[in-house]
Amino acid sequence: MAQSISLKSRISPRRLFVDGSFRFFLYLSVFISLGMIYWIVSSLWNDAGWLLSWDLITKYPSYDIDNAGFQSPLVGSIWVVGTATLVALPTGLFTALYLEQFAGKGNKVTRLIELNIQNLAGVPAVVFGLIGLAFVVRGFIAWGFTVGSAAAVIAMLMLPVIIIVSREAIRAVPPSYKEGALALGATPWQAVWRLVLPSAIPGTATGSILAVSRAIGESAPLLLLGALSFVTFNPTGLDSPFTIMPLTIFKYASDSREEFQVLASAGSLILMAVLFVLNLIAILLRDFATRKRNV
Amino acid sequence: MSTVAGKPEILDPVFTLKNVSVSYGKYVAVTDVNLEIPSHDITAFIGPSGCGKSTLIRTLNRTNDLIPGASVAGTVLYHDADLYDSKASPVEIRRRIGMVFQKPNPFPKSIYENVAFGPKVNGRPKKSELDAIVENSLRGAALWDEVKDRLGSSALGLSGGQQQRLCIARSLAVEPDVILMDEPCSALDPIATLRIEELMMELKKNYTIVIVTHNMQQAARVSSYTAFFVTDVNPLSDLRTGKLIEYDATTKIFNNPSDPRTEDYVTGKMG
Repeated sequence: MAQSISLKSRISPRRLFVDGSFRFFLYLSVFISLGMIYWIVSSLWNDAGWLLSWDLITKYPSYDIDNAGFQSPLVGSIWVVGTATLVALPTGLFTALYLEQFAGKGNKVTRLIELNIQNLAGVPAVVFGLIGLAFVVRGFIAWGFTVGSAAAVIAMLMLPVIIIVSREAIRAVPPSYKEGALALGATPWQAVWRLVLPSAIPGTATGSILAVSRAIGESAPLLLLGALSFVTFNPTGLDSPFTIMPLTIFKYASDSREEFQVLASAGSLILMAVLFVLNLIAILLRDFATRKRNV
Repeated sequence: MSTVAGKPEILDPVFTLKNVSVSYGKYVAVTDVNLEIPSHDITAFIGPSGCGKSTLIRTLNRTNDLIPGASVAGTVLYHDADLYDSKASPVEIRRRIGMVFQKPNPFPKSIYENVAFGPKVNGRPKKSELDAIVENSLRGAALWDEVKDRLGSSALGLSGGQQQRLCIARSLAVEPDVILMDEPCSALDPIATLRIEELMMELKKNYTIVIVTHNMQQAARVSSYTAFFVTDVNPLSDLRTGKLIEYDATTKIFNNPSDPRTEDYVTGKMG
């Protein structure tokens, strides 16, 4: 005789409820984060979308609304953050490599370095600005209010973040790669350079772009390094005076004339577009590295 | 003195171990090992888990150096050179004494680049030389016919058994004297295992092979000499230490062992 089987759900109402509410909170969280981005972008767009044109980035900052734009702050931001990245990225990556692959695990010096890096990542940006003002702008180095000083401070700010994300990426590389390479007579450096590093690149790139994005929006430390000045020419080198996007936006926004406040919104849109492009580059880079790795 | 049963007559050994103990920090993984490993032959290390056989094989090319706190006491001679001499270079040692690991560990590169890796890090061979090395190594590992049309595709797309043969090909490419195999078949199915065993029989003509295995039939099938280890548990501290119990010709170990513990193990009463 055939056995009769009931496939009716026997899950208790309580379990169904918990299951349902869990789903609800997941959707809610996604909705809140996406909603916030949408809200910011759309209100900026409504304010200033009509104003967007190449004029905005060909004109320099001005008190005359018809001639006011963002060229020198945009170029200044790129100079400062670009230079800082060129310094901080290799330094951070190699520090991470040293800590993960070569430093004596668990010895006191290594642990002291690790503790310091963790702490540095938590230091408020404005403190880095003060240090830069005292030791880079003035003091022993005395570079003055220049792109170089600002890049040095932004690099300091980025470094702990880059070290931490790079270490995570390096730690995620299977130790069997290195073991296998060493068993073939590779030196530790060859094993790291040819296998560990390429496998860690995608993770490092993603994390580092986040650090770069944060640096572009950073304004507090640069406030102390002369970036609030009214600069109507592009920087030409590390020794040029400069200004940056976030502070120019701030200056336009604090003007009493309404046209300038709209201009500030337009500046925010430009800044967000730059961030968007950067993130896109990061994603493409990561995909490229991953694909190349898997042939 | 140690109480190891059996003492095979080995002329011109590749490895000579004298009173070798390996520790991780204070923990002694394997102690007081004396044995000689013959050249151009297969020697198997067998024994229950935790008996120190993997630890011991890793000391034969200084792979254990990579584990923090690992230390070796006693003398490990490779021909007449002390592997743990302060002037001995681990890089040079590992070039001569290759290793195949328990889990196949191909690099995330193409099949060609996996095999070419060793020659590349050991020098700058010309492309034509490299092509020849890659083909010979893959032939040597009985993999050439299966992969010759897709040398450029990822090694990660191969099956487990193919990956392990690729790892063997990779170590052949640097022309080692010795190939150490740490449970090379434990992640493979019986057919892939058989192919590796056939390969080992072929390779022993040109190479000295030391294999750690959990599979007693495998040791009986492929090896000429077998070392049997057990785990000693210290009743006071509960610490486990590996010990060599018997080392002899494989036929002797499996048919007429001298130590009752060996007999219990190979007949399946223990372990």
